[in-house]
Amino acid sequence: MTAVHALANPARFLRLARPLTPVLFWLGLALAVFGGWAGLTQTPPDYLQGDAVRIIYLHVPIAWLGMGGWTGLAIASFAYLVWRHPLARVAAQAIAMPGAVFAGLCLVTGSIWGRPTWGTWWQWDGRLTSMLLLFFVYLAYMALVRADGDRGGDGRIPAIFGLAGTVLLPIIRYSVVWWNTLHQGQSIGLASSTIAMSILWPLFYTLAGFTLLFAAIVLMRMRALLAAAKAEARMRRKAAA
Amino acid sequence: MRLDPWPFVIAAYAIVSVVVVVLSLLSWRAMRRAEDAVEESRQA
Repeated sequence: MTAVHALANPARFLRLARPLTPVLFWLGLALAVFGGWAGLTQTPPDYLQGDAVRIIYLHVPIAWLGMGGWTGLAIASFAYLVWRHPLARVAAQAIAMPGAVFAGLCLVTGSIWGRPTWGTWWQWDGRLTSMLLLFFVYLAYMALVRADGDRGGDGRIPAIFGLAGTVLLPIIRYSVVWWNTLHQGQSIGLASSTIAMSILWPLFYTLAGFTLLFAAIVLMRMRALLAAAKAEARMRRKAAA
Repeated sequence: MRLDPWPFVIAAYAIVSVVVVVLSLLSWRAMRRAEDAVEESRQA
């Protein structure tokens, strides 16, 4: 916890973030491209879904990051509310846009996967509807951050909203258990998987790759927000002098 | 009738590639612009 508090210093954070951003980005891109290529060309078709199963290498990491993004946003919001670290507020705001994009991409890739597999683009069932709600919650959070900034707020209201939004995460996670749904149940867990390793292995590369890309994008957006705040503070000081 | 899955697979890969590249470029450009503005304000 002491190390986390030490990193909450913006200058110290930037010393780490500057060299880390290109490393995360290029490593993430390489892993995602390799995993995508392997998923398209190096694995057998599924016995039931055929080649449509290849969308799994995009859809699963993107869905995990859409949900993981909100988890990170909620943790940062909690840190901001408890310790008032300005960097925690910046982190939460920086996660929102890539989180929303990944939640949106999850819906789009799921819909594209659904058409040849289920015979429909969309179904108002628990999993799809709760993921759509998460996408709208991301949009609402971004609108709230903008409105809070316009009225000179201290960021507490968006942070409380960030915490409240976590209620959706268990609903998405367990929607396939609680309700009858077209979406398949959990097939990949931390300890085991019902998918054969001959099909599953490229997923580890795309999962690592997209996670690193997501982290690099968040770092870029944090650096942009910190720099914008610094430039604005400097302008104010000059105007006041 | 079973649909040919390949157009769907290719569409998914194309959409994700384009969106992730655009998001990365926009984030990088926002970062560069903001950090350049800090540098300019320091020199001004």
